[in-house]
Amino acid sequence: MSRLTRLPSVAYAVFIYSFLYVPIAILVAYSFNDSKLNAVWKGFTFAWYAKLWTNTSILEAAKISLTVGFFSTVISTMLGTLVAVGMYRYRFRGKGMIDAMLYVPLVMSEIVMGIALLAFFSMIKVPLGMGTLLIAHITFSIPFVVVVINARLKGFDQSIEEASKDLGANEWQTFRLITFPLLGPAIAASAMLAFTISIDDVIVSFFVAGPDSTTLPLQIFSMVRHGVTPEINALSTLMLIVTLTFVVFAQKLQTRKR
Amino acid sequence: MLKKENATLATDIPIKPKIKHSKKKINLAAIWTISPVTIWLLLFLFIPLFFILVVSVMSRGTYGGIEYTFTLENYARFFEPLYLRIIVVSIAMAAATTLICVVFGYPFAYIIAQSPAKYRTLLLLLVIVPFWTNSLIRTYAWIVLLRTEGVINTILLKIGLIAEPLTLLYNSGATLIGFVYTLFPFAVLPLYASIEKLDRTFLEASSDLGGRPWQTFLNVTLPLTFPGVVAASLLVFIPTLGLFFISDLMGGAKTMIIGNLIKNQFLTARDWPFGSAASIILMVLTLMMILFYLKVSGGKTDDTELL
Repeated sequence: MSRLTRLPSVAYAVFIYSFLYVPIAILVAYSFNDSKLNAVWKGFTFAWYAKLWTNTSILEAAKISLTVGFFSTVISTMLGTLVAVGMYRYRFRGKGMIDAMLYVPLVMSEIVMGIALLAFFSMIKVPLGMGTLLIAHITFSIPFVVVVINARLKGFDQSIEEASKDLGANEWQTFRLITFPLLGPAIAASAMLAFTISIDDVIVSFFVAGPDSTTLPLQIFSMVRHGVTPEINALSTLMLIVTLTFVVFAQKLQTRKR
Repeated sequence: MLKKENATLATDIPIKPKIKHSKKKINLAAIWTISPVTIWLLLFLFIPLFFILVVSVMSRGTYGGIEYTFTLENYARFFEPLYLRIIVVSIAMAAATTLICVVFGYPFAYIIAQSPAKYRTLLLLLVIVPFWTNSLIRTYAWIVLLRTEGVINTILLKIGLIAEPLTLLYNSGATLIGFVYTLFPFAVLPLYASIEKLDRTFLEASSDLGGRPWQTFLNVTLPLTFPGVVAASLLVFIPTLGLFFISDLMGGAKTMIIGNLIKNQFLTARDWPFGSAASIILMVLTLMMILFYLKVSGGKTDDTELL
């Protein structure tokens, strides 16, 4: 590409990246601002972070988010890996339908999933709380796990598995000694993404969380409704750091050895 | 001809497991691996969705409950001007968001795909990170900028460009910014996936045959990457209709989308049958778009385009 055509490209890319990142950078910067009025810079402080530690409702929400996130990650990663491997390996009648089923949660509107679960739980008289939250999070996490594992399985050399079987290993031994180690990075990546979408979810959680099971995003939602405070900036910054860390690690795991 | 070539290029190597075990054993293993998720999704996704479908044709009870008598009243209500307006506004907002994201996202994705390999991973990562970042936090970032005492107003007042703070928030423009900001990465990633797969020799052939750059773009590049454009539109359009918290926080009460209507019917008005009908309409819209996507992409969904 000649220099003349490259310059506008670079300028355009810089413009788009600024659009994506400047608002976030300002949000983070003001979490350190020594002023209750968000917009005027008064000096550097960690006070808003310290204040988070004394806010019991935020600590409670953090506890709920982390608990739900942890269990949702473990269960959805297990179920998702299992089904991805099964779908990859076996052929049977109705496979196309199950394949389509797995993709439905990825493309459907989150709000429909949220209210469908809300209506369902109310119909079977299950009170809203951590349990319903966990069920919902597992449900929307499974397809993401399946997609990540599938991407890995596509580049999979099937002859290794066959060699293992030819050498006398049974299905379970082949899975444990061959398939699982090869899938390891993908499983770890999918777990990280599952955790990220669980702790970041707003819409589905909004409908299936009970009054005593407010998650961090729901806590932020109600705080923003009551007005902007630097405390929200501090909490948002912490959550951004968590997401950033997990997503970067997940990407590293996925692109390695591709 | 070109189209056909691309179709074969895009096809992944078909996976044909050669399993030599007895049929009975395989079936057992297949059941063990596939049934847990199948049962889970049936129980916690498809039965709830079916329940919503049933509720949408039921009547509302006197005290906000559900009365199990059949009616199409809930769907008929969408022809009332108030609700018809919400549907029209929602579709217009979602279409505008989609258009902006695709028009600005396409050249951006193209630039990333053309960039030197050593930077490409990083450039792509910088799009992937906002894709996974909490949409509420990203919305809040814009509230910090746009509100009356916000960053933009403070700067403008300080440099004396304005005497009074501007009302930047609580209108449909602000809502649109919120939608675009949240969903832009969702457009770029599928666009990038389809542009990256593009076979450069076609572009060279086109220019060798005397095609001008814009002719090459319109006749070669765009048709070959069209599935990516449709995937991008799908991934922007559908979520937009449900992002109630963005119109809640940035649009004030003026910009109501289907998502707000559904939320209000379930939580405030307690008219579940009507809220269910709105959800079913949203589902039907979604399905129509997906069928369209499957048609243009030749029925092949590529996992990587979704992530």
